[in-house]
Amino acid sequence: MSAVIPTPAVQEELSHLEPATISGRARKRLTSRWASLAALIIAVLWTLPTFGLLLTSFRPEQSLKTTGWWTWFTNPELTLQNYDEVLYGATALSTYFINSIVITIPAVIIPVTLACLAAYAFAWMNFPYRDTIFVAVFALQIVPLQIALIPLLSLYVDAGMRGSFWPLWISHTIFALPLAIFLLHNFFKEVPAELVEAARVDGAGHVTIFLRIMLPLVTPAIAAFGIFQFLWVWNDLLVAVTMVGGTRDVAPLTARIAELAGSQGTEWHLLTAGAFISMVIPVIVFLALQRYFVRGLLAGSVKG
Amino acid sequence: MDNSEKLVQMVLAIALFVALMGLVLLVAGRARRRADLWQSLAFMVPALLLLTVGLIYPAIRTGYQSFFDRTAENFVGLDNYQFVFTNDAMITVLRNTAIWVFLTPVLSTFIGLVYAVLVDRSRVEAAAKAVIFLPMAISLVGASIIWKFVYEFRPDQQGIEQIGLLNQVLVWLGAEPRQFLIGEPWNTLFLIVIMVWVQAGFAMTVLSAAIKAIPSDITEAAQLDGLTGVRMFRYITVPSIRPALVVVLTTIAIGTLKVFDIVRTMTGGQFGTSVISYEFYTQGFRTLNTGIASALAVVLFVLVVPIVVYNVRQMRKAEYR
Repeated sequence: MSAVIPTPAVQEELSHLEPATISGRARKRLTSRWASLAALIIAVLWTLPTFGLLLTSFRPEQSLKTTGWWTWFTNPELTLQNYDEVLYGATALSTYFINSIVITIPAVIIPVTLACLAAYAFAWMNFPYRDTIFVAVFALQIVPLQIALIPLLSLYVDAGMRGSFWPLWISHTIFALPLAIFLLHNFFKEVPAELVEAARVDGAGHVTIFLRIMLPLVTPAIAAFGIFQFLWVWNDLLVAVTMVGGTRDVAPLTARIAELAGSQGTEWHLLTAGAFISMVIPVIVFLALQRYFVRGLLAGSVKG
Repeated sequence: MDNSEKLVQMVLAIALFVALMGLVLLVAGRARRRADLWQSLAFMVPALLLLTVGLIYPAIRTGYQSFFDRTAENFVGLDNYQFVFTNDAMITVLRNTAIWVFLTPVLSTFIGLVYAVLVDRSRVEAAAKAVIFLPMAISLVGASIIWKFVYEFRPDQQGIEQIGLLNQVLVWLGAEPRQFLIGEPWNTLFLIVIMVWVQAGFAMTVLSAAIKAIPSDITEAAQLDGLTGVRMFRYITVPSIRPALVVVLTTIAIGTLKVFDIVRTMTGGQFGTSVISYEFYTQGFRTLNTGIASALAVVLFVLVVPIVVYNVRQMRKAEYR
């Protein structure tokens, strides 16, 4: 800021402004007190429902079905019984937990790998119609996955894959690719061309450049997308219920819990505990890798 | 299958994939230095093949099937579309979708923006943000369970206590408890609350970054001019982050158009709460009416396209300013 010597006129104006500024400052303090209150109210509204459910999941079945969780403060009692029952009882959530893991890990590794290869090709290789194909892949982000589900399912049935994990792995891979290729392409493109040229001069081929130079440099971007994809697959319900239904062999946690929620006479002691079991992993991943997640979010994403 | 068998399957699938990719890279690496085209193909073909077979072909096939009857055998012209736009139940579905797509982005963005401004540069900013942001990490199914419990209703009788927070608040205030998820058309609003609860964190994160990127000379000049509080927000903050606002609004609108999990978990589409994406699922996978389901998917696609195009153009603008 440049210093300005106040001319008499400006000085007059300033003296005129002085009281206004003081009252302005006072008003600011006042609004900031209201602002804190407003922020606090929003924060409470956003946490209270989750807190209520969490507390409920640790209350004995009989109490949680007859009284609200707020009565816990006058009548504190805690138990792990609900978790034990929902995991190993007739609901068998432990099985679905394993299913979710078995579905999610390949459904993250496969699309990220394929997208890295394709993104590198679009960014650093020369071939006919490169830009046209890239725009086409980019445009595929528009397609809502609903439009592909019914024909895709009959393809799986024809291929005899129904009832295995393959439909889920392949579907999640397909639906991830357009966004993944687009995002990773942008990051690959940012690598300085001199670096690639230097490697070429040294006799490195595309495979070497890709593995030795590119991958290490774009690891943060890969992590960002990987977290996105992880949360997306773990939390998905639509692909799960359309591709495999609710079968115990392959259905993920979300499908099972949605089913529990829909059944007659809500079993709140199972549902509350079950809901938290499904949330543990994504919340841990999210909190541990929040930095990457926010970066991915800000890189812009529209997911089918 | 028992659990260990599944884990073995997973490891085998990954090993198979890694081996396949290794082979592709090995072959591509062996290619003569001038054989650029072959190398490019090796890098791209796996992804392009999957996209063609798994996305482009099915999309075209869905469009084709939308002109056929429920078994996809007899051509029926535009009958499916006529049904979608004239049947009473479908009109409710379209109306609900419109309400969702309008209210969710507006409310989430408004709350996210206000909160971002309120906690900006406060001492507890990181923690305060995490609180709003955390619902983004959990599934919409989980979020629905959380709110289903808030809305839970118990009949208003002697000796029966409410276990849902909202109804208990009504009772404390001296009102009668009510069935939030059953009364039409208000139940749709109570479902929208869940989506707003989830999406506000997204809005807040993006908008908070945009607010921090406002050049400080602008805010300082405005402060010198005596702008504070609400007027600062109205005349400086909002205009400066307009591109980010548009991106947030449209992104949430796209996500909302496809919302399926909340309706399914909360009401199963009953009591007049269904939306297009849920109706698509019921028609296509419950009542097995391929024709109507395909038509609904096409309608969804047609609704999404203009929003995505607008979104992408705004994003470009925001980037290259």
